[in-house]
Amino acid sequence: MSVWDDLVGQGPVVAQLSAAAQMSGAGGRPAHAWLFTGPPGAGRVTAARAFAAALQCLETPRGCGHCASCHQVLQGTHADVEVVRPQGLSYGVKEARGLVLRASSAPTGSRWHIVLFEEADRATEGAANALLKSIEEPPARTIWLLCTPSPEDLLVTIRSRCRPAMLQTPPADAIADMLVLREGVDPETAAVAARAAQGHIDRARRLATDPQVRRTRDEVMGLPRRLTGVSPAVMAAETLVKAAEAEQKARTSELDEAETSALRKALGESEKGRMPRGTAGALKELEERQKSRAKRIMRDSLDRTLLDLASYYRDVLALQLGAGGELVNVDLAPELRTAAGAGRPEETLRRLDAIMKCRERIAANVHPQLAFEELNLALRTG
Amino acid sequence: MSVEPIILVIGDEELLVERAIGDVVASVRAGDPETEVIDLAPGGLEPGRLAELTSPSLFGGSKVLVLRSAQDLGKDLTAQVLAYAKAPADDVVLVAVHHGGAKGKALVDGLVKLGGRKIACPKVTKAGERIDFVRAEIRRAGGKISADGARSLLEAVGNDLRELAAACSQLVSDTGGKVDDAAIARYYQGRAEVSGFTVADKAIEGRLAEALEQLRWALATGTPPVLIVSALAQGVRGLAKVGGAPRGARGASLAKELGMPPWKIERVQRQLRGWTGDGVARALTAVAEADAQVKGGAADPAYALEKAVSEIIAARR
Ligand SMILES: [Zn+2]
Repeated sequence: MSVWDDLVGQGPVVAQLSAAAQMSGAGGRPAHAWLFTGPPGAGRVTAARAFAAALQCLETPRGCGHCASCHQVLQGTHADVEVVRPQGLSYGVKEARGLVLRASSAPTGSRWHIVLFEEADRATEGAANALLKSIEEPPARTIWLLCTPSPEDLLVTIRSRCRPAMLQTPPADAIADMLVLREGVDPETAAVAARAAQGHIDRARRLATDPQVRRTRDEVMGLPRRLTGVSPAVMAAETLVKAAEAEQKARTSELDEAETSALRKALGESEKGRMPRGTAGALKELEERQKSRAKRIMRDSLDRTLLDLASYYRDVLALQLGAGGELVNVDLAPELRTAAGAGRPEETLRRLDAIMKCRERIAANVHPQLAFEELNLALRTG
Repeated sequence: MSVEPIILVIGDEELLVERAIGDVVASVRAGDPETEVIDLAPGGLEPGRLAELTSPSLFGGSKVLVLRSAQDLGKDLTAQVLAYAKAPADDVVLVAVHHGGAKGKALVDGLVKLGGRKIACPKVTKAGERIDFVRAEIRRAGGKISADGARSLLEAVGNDLRELAAACSQLVSDTGGKVDDAAIARYYQGRAEVSGFTVADKAIEGRLAEALEQLRWALATGTPPVLIVSALAQGVRGLAKVGGAPRGARGASLAKELGMPPWKIERVQRQLRGWTGDGVARALTAVAEADAQVKGGAADPAYALEKAVSEIIAARR
């Protein structure tokens, strides 16, 4: 067992990171800033966390995965590894300044002070500029680990100071093996889930193990069948967006409540539930952050839906063009063949364009129901 | 005296109850401007008080005795009221206000048997009833409004009868009687959707000049562009839902399936003339584009909206 076990299909990156960690153990100084990139779900953050653990590991070779230090880093409780996880759509300059200040302190008991910044692309330009100085000339024992989908998501000035660690899309076979070995999923289910997840490890895990997630996907993949007319197409958009909303509520409401009541207590809520003077601002700020997070989760979930839909039509296109290769949605093969036979590739391409346009609409903040109505009507006619 | 001596106001629609009482008082006062009105709750009716209040006064003059919450009178007081009602005083009108439930039913039955006149004021709960209410209110104030106009007003003002009544009298006095959509939009532009809805209605009915005029008006009076887009989306969405519904589906089952009230479905059915499925799809794209423009901080949201309105109209056959 080692800290690298959670990385799936990432041989080259593991070799690179492990070598850097061994060097650090031998008294060398690894690069002071690292940029972890790779497609969503490939395991950027997992890789960064594993690297942080290996850098702090107390055993040889570094990254044993079972010493006290490895354990703490992997659990997120290590005193000298600060994990930054932006909760909303953006990470502002005020927060960034505080982070820079903390990052400048020396480690308390281990070799390095490590800042692991998940989704660093959420830093606003102002925030990125605030971080820049610390990343350019970091304190002697501070190491920055930044994670973004692609290098272009960061200011070039920051990017150029970072050593790249590039993850690749994990192959479906590697994901399926992981599901069988680590999650005890039967090989057939594992294979279907791994392909359907298109390289997204966590998604594959949830598809293989959570019946609710599987039902939601079946619902999405059933959409093309339901587009039998203008009215059903518009109704289907409503259903889909409501489902995404429900999913988002389910994921955030409990969290929101816990956070709010914790903050109220911390601010001195009385037994009768009254708040002391001057605390309204802090509560309001939390509420704003929660709203922003809810919006982000909603957006992510809609994007997931669109990617699933795109995989459906990409399969159809592959069949129409006789491209060979295995389908993404193997479980839907008969339906996909029927759909392929019923239409022409040009129509399928237009449908794929409509899906990409819908992603742009969602990113441009268009009302989701409206964007999906437009999409469904376009998918209907092709 | 021309007013019946015993009157029962039954129901819990507050506005209507107040009105009924007001009407009674007004007709009594028409005969005797000096009429005294005495408003009583059951708590204020200690033994003997009723007899005292209903005995002829030294100076003559009429009285209206309003007995609130008559359902809470209790056995003894109910008996007293009924005893009085057997031989009511000449210049006294007794108005018993009852909430309409089962409690205190003996009083209602007793008074009716003794010739009391019933005025029903049940809660207004159905959309159709509200439309009737609005039309009656406008008539009462001396104006005229179409059923569609009444619907627009409901959309703008909401379901509260008091607010509706106030809006109706305001509109009649502002317009001199002819209450149409433009007047409603003008006087209720503060409630932003109504202007958006008017723009949407004109657009999907293919009336370009009016739609653009309403659009400019809405923007000039400060309606946020996002709300206009949202109204356009609702309009086109309605066309898609109703127009694309299976033939033969109608009435309550259709309303349930589409999640729209029946009157709205009827209205959309009238608006569907000139629309095809493909046209609806094109119109929806135009609206989505406008939403992206407006939310993306387009330099000129007015232009984005005008474009959307023109494209919606062009999407008709
Ligand atoms: Zn270790």
